[in-house]
Amino acid sequence: MMDSLPLLVAATLNSGTVLAFAALGLLINERAGIVNLGAEGIMLVAAVAGFATVVHTGSSWLGFAAGALAGAALAAAFGVLVIWLNTNQYATGLALSLFGVGFSAFVGIRYTQEKLGERPNFEIPGLADVPFLGPALFRQHPMVYVAIALTAAIAWFLYRSRSGLVLRAVGESPESAHALGYPVRRIRLAAVLFGGALCGISGAYISTVYTPLWVEGMIAGKGWIALALTTFATWRPARVLLGAYLFGGVTMLQFHLQGEGVQVPSQFLTMLPYLATIVVLVLISRNASFIRINMPASIGKPFFPG
Amino acid sequence: MLRLEQRPEPSKAMSIASPLLALAITVVIGTILFVLLGKDPLRGLAVFFVEPVRSAYALSELAMKATPLLLIALGLAVCFRSNVWNIGAEGQFVVGAIAASGIAMLATKDTGNWFFLPVLVGGIVGGMAWAAIVALLRDRFNANEILVSLMLVYVAEQLLNYLVYGPWKDPLGYNFPQTITFYKSTQVPRLFGSFRVNLGAIAALFAVGAFWLLLFRTYAGFQLQVGGLAPAAARYAGFSSRKALWSALLLSGGMAGLAGGLEVAGPLGQLTPHVPAGYGFAAIIVAFVGRLHPVGIVFSAILMSMFYIGGELAQSRLGLPKSLTGVFQGLLLFTLLACDTLIAYRVRWKTAGKGTGG
Amino acid sequence: MRLELVDISKQYPAVKANDRVSLQVAPGQIHAVLGENGAGKSTLMKIIYGAVRPDEGEIRWNGEPVQIASPAAARALGISMVYQHFSLFDTLTAAENVWLGLDKSLPLAEVTKRIREVAGIYGLEVDPLRPVHTLSVGERQRVEIVRALMTNPKLLILDEPTSVLTPQAVQTLFVTLRKLAAEGCSILYISHKLDEIRSLCHHCTVLRGGKVTGEVDPTRETNASLSRLMIGAEPPQLQHREARAGAVVLEVRSLSLPKEDPFGTSLEAISFEVRAGEVVGIAGVSGNGQQELMRALSGEDVRAPRGSIRLFDQDIARDTPRRRRRGGLHFVPEERLGRGAVPTLSLAQNTLLTRTRAVGRGGWIRVGDVNALAEALIRRFFVRAGGPGSAAKSLSGGNLQKFIVGREIDADPKLLIVSQPTWGVDVGAAAQIRGELLALRDNGCAVLVVSEELEELFEICDRLVVIAQGRVSPSLRTAEATIEQIGEWMSGLWRKDKSDAPA
Repeated sequence: MMDSLPLLVAATLNSGTVLAFAALGLLINERAGIVNLGAEGIMLVAAVAGFATVVHTGSSWLGFAAGALAGAALAAAFGVLVIWLNTNQYATGLALSLFGVGFSAFVGIRYTQEKLGERPNFEIPGLADVPFLGPALFRQHPMVYVAIALTAAIAWFLYRSRSGLVLRAVGESPESAHALGYPVRRIRLAAVLFGGALCGISGAYISTVYTPLWVEGMIAGKGWIALALTTFATWRPARVLLGAYLFGGVTMLQFHLQGEGVQVPSQFLTMLPYLATIVVLVLISRNASFIRINMPASIGKPFFPG
Repeated sequence: MLRLEQRPEPSKAMSIASPLLALAITVVIGTILFVLLGKDPLRGLAVFFVEPVRSAYALSELAMKATPLLLIALGLAVCFRSNVWNIGAEGQFVVGAIAASGIAMLATKDTGNWFFLPVLVGGIVGGMAWAAIVALLRDRFNANEILVSLMLVYVAEQLLNYLVYGPWKDPLGYNFPQTITFYKSTQVPRLFGSFRVNLGAIAALFAVGAFWLLLFRTYAGFQLQVGGLAPAAARYAGFSSRKALWSALLLSGGMAGLAGGLEVAGPLGQLTPHVPAGYGFAAIIVAFVGRLHPVGIVFSAILMSMFYIGGELAQSRLGLPKSLTGVFQGLLLFTLLACDTLIAYRVRWKTAGKGTGG
Repeated sequence: MRLELVDISKQYPAVKANDRVSLQVAPGQIHAVLGENGAGKSTLMKIIYGAVRPDEGEIRWNGEPVQIASPAAARALGISMVYQHFSLFDTLTAAENVWLGLDKSLPLAEVTKRIREVAGIYGLEVDPLRPVHTLSVGERQRVEIVRALMTNPKLLILDEPTSVLTPQAVQTLFVTLRKLAAEGCSILYISHKLDEIRSLCHHCTVLRGGKVTGEVDPTRETNASLSRLMIGAEPPQLQHREARAGAVVLEVRSLSLPKEDPFGTSLEAISFEVRAGEVVGIAGVSGNGQQELMRALSGEDVRAPRGSIRLFDQDIARDTPRRRRRGGLHFVPEERLGRGAVPTLSLAQNTLLTRTRAVGRGGWIRVGDVNALAEALIRRFFVRAGGPGSAAKSLSGGNLQKFIVGREIDADPKLLIVSQPTWGVDVGAAAQIRGELLALRDNGCAVLVVSEELEELFEICDRLVVIAQGRVSPSLRTAEATIEQIGEWMSGLWRKDKSDAPA
C-alpha cells in the first residue's frame, strides 16, 4: 500500500486538475452573476475538438487551444442569448448541455476507435527523483501546474486588482454598476467567454491526457460536479482547487478500491463521486445565510439596462 | 444596427409563433447539415418529417415514442412553472422502470391479465421515491435541486447496471445483462392488435386533460404557478412553498416513473441497460417547446418523437449517425429560447447614436 | 448658465416622459425640480446624467452644446449624481464603493485617505473601511454623497435625498448643501416635498405630465401655489371625523424576533395596540425593522413568540396569512408588483391571492365569480385598467395600488394593516386611498399604517408610534405630537423623553 500512495496522490492531482479548470471557469462566470449550466455540453464538445486536433496534428498544445476555442465559441452563443436577449439562464444552459451531448456524439463518431499514439512522460528534472514526493508531485503533465498557477492568478485578480473588484461589483449588482457607467454586458460576456474557454481546456485535458481516447458521453457528469464545486467552495479560487482535488481523490479512491479487489460491486464504487457531490452540497447548503452572504447576489437574474 | 425595444404588452401572437419560428430555423440548419454531410437534404427532411407519419404502423410507433415524452413533460411543466428545476427526470424514469420490473418479476405463468396495473403502480411509486430524495434534501438542507436530481441520474444508472449485471440477470440469458422476459400478464394491453401502441397512449391523453384542469382550474395549480412567478406574492398570500416543492417533485417523479414502468411493461418487456434512452432529458425540451402548457406539450411531444424516429430512420436509410437526433433536439431548444425574446421585445432598425448606452 | 436644457423630449413606448422641457441652472444655485410621481423628473435626471439619451433637444454646459453619451462622460464634465435608491455594493467596503465610482486610477489607499479628508470638510461621518451592508441607511447616503463629492462636481444632482432621513438629519444635509452651493457648485434637488423646497432652494422648475408648468422662486410661494403648479389644483382636503376608539383589536405584546436575513433588523420587545375605529401610524426611517414587523404581523414570518401577537385576544403569532385573514386581518404590502400582486397575471387572477370566495370545494376555481369580483373592485375604487383581464403590470402605480387596497378593503376586514399606502402614487390616487382608509376607520375597522411620509401620518392617524432600531416607542396622540419630537424619536431617543403620554 505504501508505494501505491504516491501514485494515488499523483492520480488525484491529475484527476483534480480536470475539475479545477472547469470549476475555475465557472467561478469567473458566477462572479459576474451568470450561471452556465452548459458546462457539461461545453466540456464534451471541447473533448472531441481537442482529441480530433491531436489526432490530425499530433500537437498536444494545439489540442488544448482547440478545446479552449470550442468552449469559448459555445459560451459565446450562450452569452449572447443570456446577456443580450435575456433568456432564462438555467434553461439556456441546459439547452447548451443537451446540444453538446448530441453534437459531440455526432462529430465524435469518426474518432471512436482512434488512438493518440505515444503519450510523453513529463517530469521535473531533479525534483522527480525525490523519494515519495517525486512520484507524487513532480511527474505531472504541465497543465497540472498551470491549474495551480491559474488559481493563484485568479485569486490575485479577484481580490487585489481593480478589474477584479469591478467584476465582483457587476456580479453583486449589475444595476448599480451600470449606473456608475461600467459596460456591464460586455464585462459579463468577457467572463462567460473566459469561463467557456477554461471549461474547454478541461474537456480537452480529459480526452488527451486523463484518458486519451474519445467515447460518447465520456465527461460523465464532471461538468455538473464542477458546478456543484463552485457553490461548495463559496466562490473562492483556493477552495475551488482544494475541492477539485478532494473530488479527484474520491474518484481515484474508487478505482483504487476496485483494483484492490474490494468486495463491493463495481457499480457502487462508480457511484461514489456522485454521492459525494450530493453529500457535499447538503453540508454546504444547510447554512442558508452563510451562502447568501458569500454568493454573488445577481446570479441567475436577468439584467435590463436603462 | 438592430436594437431590441420592449413591447408594452407581451405579444400573444409571438407566443404561438415562436416555437414554429424556432422549428423553421432548426430545419434550415438541418438542411445545411445534410448538405455538408453529402446527403440529399430533401430526403433527409422527408425521413424526419414525412416517413414517421406515412402509415398506420408509423403512426403507432409515433404514439409509442410520444407517450413517455408526453407523460414526463406534463410533470416537468408543473415543476418548471413552480420554479422547481427537476432536471433528473431521467433518473426517476430509470428507478420507475426498476421498481416496475421488480413487481413484474413477481408474476407467475398463472397470474391474471390485470397484473400490469400493479406493475405500473410500482413504476409510479419508484419514480416518486427517487424524486422525494431531491425534495427532502431541498426542503431540509436547502440543497440545489438541479444538481441533486442530476447526480441521482448517474446513481440510478449505476443501480440499474448493478441489477442487470448482477442479482437480476437472467440465468438463462446467455450471460447478457438483462432480466427475464416478463410474462404476458404484466404487459400493458395493446390498442390495436398488431400495432405496438398500447393503453399508455390513452392514459397520456387523459393526463393532458387532468393537468390542464390542475393548472388552470384548481386553486392548488394557481398556488404552484404563483410560487413560480412571484415567490414573495406566494408568501404574502400564504401559499406554502414547502407544499409546492413536494407536490411538484412527487408529481413529476411519479409521471417519470410511470413512463419508465410503461417502457418495461410495454415495448421492452424486460429490464436492460438500455432503458435510459434520454427521454427524461428530451422531455425537458418537450416541456419548453410546448410552452409549459398541456396542449402545447401534445404537439411538441409528437414533434420530438418525429425527431427520434427520424434519427433512427436516418441511420438505417441514409447511413447517418443516430446522434443527429440529439443535435436537432438541442438546437430546437436553443433556437426556441432565442425566438422567445420576440414575445417581450420588438426588433427595430436604429441609426447609430440613438437609444440607450451599455 | 452652468447647465441649460433646451426643449428636451423623450418618448417611451407607452408614454412621453419629457415633452419639450427647458431648464436653466446658474452656478452656485440650488435648483429644485418639483413634480409628483410620474411627472418625468427621473427621466430628466437620467438624461442629464448620461444614462439615457434624449430623442430631441439640446444640452448646454457652461454655454457650450454637449452630448452626454454616458455617466462617465457626465462625470468628466463635472456632473455627479446621488441616487434615491443607492447604487452601492453591499459586500464591498465604503472605500471600495467610492473607488469604483471614480474614473481616475488612483490606488485604493490614496482614495481611502481622501475620503476621510472630504468627509471631514463637509461634516459627513464615514468610516471608509466598513462593509456597506453594516451601515445604516443614513450612513449609506453619506457614502453616496462622499462618492459624488470626490469627483469635484460642478453640478450635483440629488434624487429625493430626504426620504430616508430623520427631520434632524435633513437639516444637517441642508447645511452641507448650502456650503457646497456657496463654493460655487450648482445643485439640482429633485423632490416632491414642498416644505423642504421652500426652505432650501433658490429656484424651482415644476414638471407635470412631462411638461414644465412653471418656473418660480420657491421662497416667494406657498405650499398651495406650488401644489397648484404641481398637480393643477389644490391638494384635496380630507374629511376628518372624531375618532371613537372601541375595543382593542390588535395587541402586540413584547414581540422579539431575531433577524432572518443577515442584512436585516432584529425586533426587540415591541408592544403597542390598535383599537377598533382608530388609525394608528408607525413612523420611522426605512431600515429600522418595519419590514420585519410587517412580516410578523401579516404571517409571512411565523416565528414570533407565542402570545406576542393577539387579534381579538386570540394568539395569532404562529398563524399563517390565510388563518389571519379568516380572523379579519388584512394586509397591503409596500411592494405592489411581485408581492401584493403577480405582475404577469390578470387583475382577476390576482384577486385569488387573498380572496377565495370563488374557490369551491376540492379547490375548483369558479372563473365567472373571479372575474365578477375583479369587475366590482375596478368599479368601486375607480381603477383605470383595461378590464379584469389586464395584466397587473400594465396598470400605473396609483391604479394598481387602488386595486390592491380595494381588494383588501372589500374583504370587510376587522383590522387593515397598510405599509407605505401612497408610495410612488400620484396625488389624486393618494388622496383617494387616504380617504378610503379614513372611511374604513369611521366604520369601526382598526387601521394600522406604516409610512415614511410624516405628513401623511399626521394627516390620517389618530395615534402615532415610532419604530427605531427594532424597537417601538410609546404611543402619542397625533394632536399632541410635533414633527420635532417625532424626529427625535426616530433616532431612538424616546427613552430619554420624560413625558409619558397616555395610550
